Amino acid sequence: MPIKLLIPTPLRPYAGSQSIIQVNAHTIGEALGNLVAQHPDLRRHLFSEDSNLRSFVNVYVNDEDIRYLSKDATPVKETDTIAIVPSVAGGR
Amino acid sequence: MALKIPAALLDQLRRHGEQTYPYECCGALVGDFDNAGGKAVKAVVPCGNTRTDSPQNRYHIDPSELVRIQREAMLAGRDIVGFYHSHPDHPAQWSVTDLAEAHWTGCSYVITSVDKGRAALTNSFQLQDQEEAKHFENEVIEVDN
Repeated sequence: MPIKLLIPTPLRPYAGSQSIIQVNAHTIGEALGNLVAQHPDLRRHLFSEDSNLRSFVNVYVNDEDIRYLSKDATPVKETDTIAIVPSVAGGR
Repeated sequence: MALKIPAALLDQLRRHGEQTYPYECCGALVGDFDNAGGKAVKAVVPCGNTRTDSPQNRYHIDPSELVRIQREAMLAGRDIVGFYHSHPDHPAQWSVTDLAEAHWTGCSYVITSVDKGRAALTNSFQLQDQEEAKHFENEVIEVDN
């Protein structure tokens, strides 16, 4: 089923300059897999060499962090929106 | 490169640093990118600092806040163009930690030094290049009155 992914500004250059991309998926894992299949340049920005999400990349289904759901196996439905959000932190 | 910001919004983010002193404040900048890589700030969105273990020298924005800000910005036809935070009693220069924890390439990172509770200098730095080669470049702040 078609699912919407929101692409944050730093990743748009690797996603055809698009802010919203639609993919077919039933789980988060499928959605992200299909996203990088459409836009291979995104892969290394989202995933580390061991194929896990990079530590600073957060993925949300609507308002829920997938780390607190079922991670890659988290089911998605057509009305869901997946947001990819790099972390923001720092300090002096 | 330049970050254009109305005087009232610049004042808002500087006051935020005074309000949270001696702790670091943080927030997002929502606006527009132009074709030349410049940015125009249209809204300042204050966020909470989740680093309650060390708020005097660290900040972290809850990703769920970022999700909400990003969603609302996109609905309004805008983007997250940067972030801001304060350095209590410390220069308005990026730190090693600031760079290590910065991941929004192309966005502005605005830092205000807050000396003894009063906002002093505000500087902006644009994050450049990909993760492995990322670095900050000084960015001019153009204030609209």
